[in-house]
Amino acid sequence: MDQILQHGLNGVVLGGTYALLGIGLTLVFGIMRVVNFTHGELYAFGAYLAYLFVALLHLDFFLSIALAALAGFALGAVIELVLLRPLRTDDIDTVMLVMIGAWIALQNGEQFVWGGVAKLVPSPFAQEPLVFGPVSVLPLRLFVLAVTLVLLVAFYLLIDRTRLGMAMRATFQDRDTAALMGVDVKGIYTLTFALGSSLAAIAGALLGPIFLVNPTMGNLVGLKAFAIVILGGLGNITGATIGGFVLALVEEFGAGYLSSEYRDAFGFVVIIAVLALRPQGFFALKGRVG
Amino acid sequence: MSARVFNLLFVALAASLPLWMRDPYLLAILSSTGIFIIAAISLNLLLGFTGQLSLGHAAFFGIGAYTSALLSLGFDVDIGLPSPVVVDPKPVWVAFFGAVAVSGLFGFLIGKLAFRVRGAYFVIVTIAFAEVMRMVALNWVDLTEGPMALNNIPPLSIWWPGSGLIALVTKPQAYWLVLAVGVVCYFLVAHMVRSRIGRALVALRENEPLARSVGVRVTHYLVVATVVSAAIAGAAGALYAHCVRIVDPDVFLFIYTVTMVIMVVSGGKGTLAGPVVGGLIFGLMPQALRGTAPPEVQWIIYGIGIILIVFFLPRGIVPAFADLARLRVPQALRRPAKVAP
Repeated sequence: MDQILQHGLNGVVLGGTYALLGIGLTLVFGIMRVVNFTHGELYAFGAYLAYLFVALLHLDFFLSIALAALAGFALGAVIELVLLRPLRTDDIDTVMLVMIGAWIALQNGEQFVWGGVAKLVPSPFAQEPLVFGPVSVLPLRLFVLAVTLVLLVAFYLLIDRTRLGMAMRATFQDRDTAALMGVDVKGIYTLTFALGSSLAAIAGALLGPIFLVNPTMGNLVGLKAFAIVILGGLGNITGATIGGFVLALVEEFGAGYLSSEYRDAFGFVVIIAVLALRPQGFFALKGRVG
Repeated sequence: MSARVFNLLFVALAASLPLWMRDPYLLAILSSTGIFIIAAISLNLLLGFTGQLSLGHAAFFGIGAYTSALLSLGFDVDIGLPSPVVVDPKPVWVAFFGAVAVSGLFGFLIGKLAFRVRGAYFVIVTIAFAEVMRMVALNWVDLTEGPMALNNIPPLSIWWPGSGLIALVTKPQAYWLVLAVGVVCYFLVAHMVRSRIGRALVALRENEPLARSVGVRVTHYLVVATVVSAAIAGAAGALYAHCVRIVDPDVFLFIYTVTMVIMVVSGGKGTLAGPVVGGLIFGLMPQALRGTAPPEVQWIIYGIGIILIVFFLPRGIVPAFADLARLRVPQALRRPAKVAP
């Protein structure tokens, strides 16, 4: 029983960051119809910036995460303006190829700049775990969970309650009609991509101190983000949030009770199972497939 | 000059190469490039002629490599049955065609699964499939030896009049073997895309609802194309196993799929010669860049190369040159017809 609680807690902590990653990816797909292969690289970018700011420049830890978020936003905006805006009317495969090219260039750029050796981001939190009855958790992980929950709520409020969120939802439902109603669709696209990239960079900056930072860390995370998005249904933000937690719990319990070697394979098994059983995702509305 | 004469000349030139070019290093490079060209030809069948982007093509390649290696080496594995499964070493050609069959079977399963939904889903399913395969190859040590790799894989051999059964071990022999398999695969795909199947594939790539309405069985043809494509990729993988003679889980790496995609897209997807031209360029480019740039920089150049090709040569090199040769405004420099998403 204690073990179940411990795995559950670990899963929830990891799930928060997975949800952040999934939301960014699903938002970009839902609004822009772009399969964003650079998402995992933005995650790695955020982690490396955390390393740069905290370990090399000795900036404040919390300030560093905020700076990484801003830098992710800026890089996302640049990618959108330079690569995606000119191809806005091209088909999804063409755009996908460009994103693959950008992914390879970014990842190897990171390798070139930082080298292949994994980096450790120091954190200001104590290394002793906090013990709550049967379960224990590192303070850093609790902090990560708190930040992700705040961001998730803030993001919902943004989408649900603001004029900007309304414009994004309108673009999601029908781009042309939204444009006719005076929504600046081009601006929404840039902002969406920048926001999604920023979320990935924050996730990287938050997980950087927990895991090691290395140039290929974005690959697996990018693929997992796809698994989360498929689980929740492409373009579905609530689905991606739930999907993030579900995947993290599946991984935690799978690694704990089945096989820790195959930990990272569970996500892909989930993809294949979802597509075999319910291809539109578990939380999708009808008629949004493909 | 008709295409047929050109093809014959190209094959004759390629076949005579080891007779006048005696650099064994370059021949080895050409052999491995040839193996990737075969894989790119198989990817082109899906990407170019059906419009479905398989980003797990390295999985079929890797399954072919592992199957052929394991069958020719023999293996025993305990899968929970009362007695372990023991497979004695098989002759290499039996292993080779076994690999083709197993890869084709996986193609069938993935095709059946993924074509219930298409587009982005197909891409992600194929990526996930390749990643699962890599983890199986890494972790199922009893079968695959994991990161220790399968070693001492026997080379392929042929029966030659006068000298009996000879193992293809020298560089020119391996080169000719790859060339022969490549030519067979090329003409297989060429024949297929000109047949009823190929016309059905192009019809549904261009306009699926219309194709469906005139009675083209969309899913059926997509699955057929996936099976053939996976089988050819498996043949390329088996060639790799018997030429390099060592197979490790890295054959499933995503970067190999990306290499194939670059070859197809730069050469010209949906053209028969495209993967060959793109494959020669991107297979030999790393050798040209070797020593001048570290691997990361090469990959950065690759990545930017893809972006530039999509922006400036959206249809690839082969269509651009075909148009130039006919002294027309190159069609390839115009953007393809825009389709509202």
